[in-house]
Amino acid sequence: MKTAGRFGSHGGAYVPEILMPALEELEAAFHSALADPSFTEELATMWRDYAGRPTPLYRCRNLTAGLAGELYLKREDLLHGGAHKTNQVLGQGLLARRMQKTRLIAETGAGQHGVATAMVGALLDLSTRIYMGAKDIERQRPNVLRMQLLGAEVIPVASGGGTLKDAIGEAMRDWTESYESTHYLLGTVAGPHPYPSLVAEFQSVIGREARAQFLQGTGRLPDAVLACVGGGSNAIGIFRAFLEDPETELVGLEPAGKGLDSGQHGATLLRGRRGILHGAETLVLQDEEGQIRATHSISAGLDYPAVGPEHVHLMQTGRARYEAVEDGEALEAFHLLARKEGILPALESAHALAGALRLLRAHRGSEPLQLLVNLSGRGDKDIENAELRRGLQP
Amino acid sequence: MSGSRDRYRELFERLARRREGAFVPFVVLGDPSPEISWRILETLVAAGADALELGLPFSDPIADGARVQAAGQRALAQGVKLGDCLELLTRLRAEHPDLPVGLLTYANLVVHRGAQPFYRDVATAGVDSVLVADVPLNESGPFDAAARSAEVQHVFLVAPNSSDEVLQRIAERDAGYTYCLARGGVTGERTDLSGQARTLLQRVRRAQAPPPLLGFGISTPEHVRHALAMGARGAISGSAVVRRIEEHLGHPELLRERLKSFVRDMKSATALP
Repeated sequence: MKTAGRFGSHGGAYVPEILMPALEELEAAFHSALADPSFTEELATMWRDYAGRPTPLYRCRNLTAGLAGELYLKREDLLHGGAHKTNQVLGQGLLARRMQKTRLIAETGAGQHGVATAMVGALLDLSTRIYMGAKDIERQRPNVLRMQLLGAEVIPVASGGGTLKDAIGEAMRDWTESYESTHYLLGTVAGPHPYPSLVAEFQSVIGREARAQFLQGTGRLPDAVLACVGGGSNAIGIFRAFLEDPETELVGLEPAGKGLDSGQHGATLLRGRRGILHGAETLVLQDEEGQIRATHSISAGLDYPAVGPEHVHLMQTGRARYEAVEDGEALEAFHLLARKEGILPALESAHALAGALRLLRAHRGSEPLQLLVNLSGRGDKDIENAELRRGLQP
Repeated sequence: MSGSRDRYRELFERLARRREGAFVPFVVLGDPSPEISWRILETLVAAGADALELGLPFSDPIADGARVQAAGQRALAQGVKLGDCLELLTRLRAEHPDLPVGLLTYANLVVHRGAQPFYRDVATAGVDSVLVADVPLNESGPFDAAARSAEVQHVFLVAPNSSDEVLQRIAERDAGYTYCLARGGVTGERTDLSGQARTLLQRVRRAQAPPPLLGFGISTPEHVRHALAMGARGAISGSAVVRRIEEHLGHPELLRERLKSFVRDMKSATALP
C-alpha cells in the first residue's frame, strides 16, 4: 500500500492477508486513473450524458412557509438510478475495466447500490452479482426486480441478521476467491483502504456542484449542510467541498430507529464504540462482548453497524456534528416533502430533511437560516413500506 | 502463563524424531455448547491431535465459510462469552501441559477488550499463539507488540499470492508456525489442493519463516499426505471437523466416535515415508 488510509487514527485495511494484493492493485489503479486525463474525462462525460449531472439545486417553495429560513435540496434523487450511488459506481466501473476485471460483485442494503452496480455492469458488459440480506430483499422488492432486469444475479444472504452487514461479509468472502477476475464494487465510504478514499473522491462531485450552485444562487454559503449517514457516502460527498468553509456547519443525521435508548437503531457515531469491522478501524455498534449488534432503521440503506472512518474523524475533530432522527420523524419529513413540494424522497434522505426541519423550527436568530440538504435518493423504492402507507385510503 | 516455553518448537522437534508431520484440528470454542465443546476438545487430543487451533465465536467472521460461520453462531446462540472460552482453555492447559494451543480470532474481539488485557488473559489461560484472521502484516504492529509483552506468539497467515517481502517480514517476527493457505478463498472443504500450495510452501521454507502448517480445504488423509509431501510440517483441518459436529447435534456420543476415527485416520496419514 502506498498510504495507510487513515483519517486521524481511523480507517486502515484490516482484511485477511490474501486480500492485500487485491487492495494494493486497486489503490494503484485508483491513483494512476486520477492522474490520467483520459480516465477523468471519460468519467465526467458519463456523469453528464449517462447519469444526468449536474443535478439541480432546488429551493423549497412551500415547505418552509412560516419557518425562519430557506431550504435548498441538492437533487441527487434526479440522478439516473434514483440516488447518488450512480456517481461512484461509474468511477469504480471504469476502474474495474482499467484493471481488466470481467466481473463485478457488490453488497446492497436498500438495493440502491445494487441497482447502480447492475446498471454499470450492464453498461460495461461485466457479469454482475449482488449480495443482499434476505430481510432486505423482502422489504425492497422493487429494487430486486430492477437489478434482475438489468441482468444482475441477486444472491440472498440469510446469515446473521440478513441485512447489509451480512451482505458485505458475503461479498468479501466471494472476493477472497475471485479477486483475480473480479472487482468488489463496495458501495460506501466504509470498508478497508482504499475504499473510503476512492468512494469519497467519486462522490465529492456532489459537494463541488452544490457549493458552486449555492454561491451562484444566493451569493453566499449555506449556514449548514445536512446529509443522512449510514455508511456515509452521500454525506462525505457533499461535506468535502465545505471542509474549509468554517461558516458552514456540517451536520450528519444518523438513524435513531425506534429511539437511541431502545437498542433498536443504527446510530453508530453517537452510540458506537471503537472497533474493527469489514476492514476498517472505526466506531461500531457492538455488545459488551464485542459481537456486532443487529441494527434497526425504517430505511434499509442506513441499517449498518459501522460507519465510514472519515466521519469519525470529522466528529472527533469537531468539523462535523452528528444527530439522530427516529423513524417517526423521518416519516413526517417524508410526507411533508411529498405533500408540500411534490417530491417523494428516499426514507434515508428523509432523515436529513428531518434534521433540517428541526434546525429551522428551533431557529430564533434575526437572520433567516440558509440550509442545504443532500436529497440523496428518491422514494419510489419505499412506497411498499407499510409504515409509510399508514393512514392512506385503502 | 505460557511462560517462555515454546510448545510448537518442542512439538516439531518431537515429531521430527518420530518422522511425523503434525495434525492440527480446528473447532470453534463453545460449539455447540461449552459442555459438549469440552468433550470435543478431550476427544480430539485423546485421538491423537498434535496441537489444537481454536476459534473464538464472532458474529461477522469474514474469513470463514458457511460451516465455520454456523459453528460460531451456534456458540453465540448458546450465550457463549469470552469468559466461557477462557475457562475451556484454562482447563485444557491444566490437563494437557505440553499441547500447543493456538487461538484464531478476529480483530474486533481483541480491540474491544483492549489488546493488552486480551493477550494477558489468553496467556493466563495457557494459549501459545494467536492468529487474528483480519489483521494482515501491515496492520499487525500493535497486535504483535501486545502479544509479545504477554509472551504469546503472533501467528501470520500467508497465501499463494503473498509477496516474498511479506514472507521475509514474517520470518523476522519468528512465531510458532506459519499458517499457509492452500488456495484463495475462505474456509471450507475442497476435493483437491492447488498446485499453488507447493510453490508457497517452498517459498516459506526458503524465506526461513516459522514452520508451515497448511490449512483451508484439508478434509481427507490423502490431503494430509499431500500437504506433507509438498513440504508442509503439518496440516490444519477445520471445516471437516466442524461438519461432523454439525451433523451430530444432539448425539454427542456418536459425535465422539466419529471425531475419534476421523482424527486417528488423519493422524495416521502424518507418518513420513
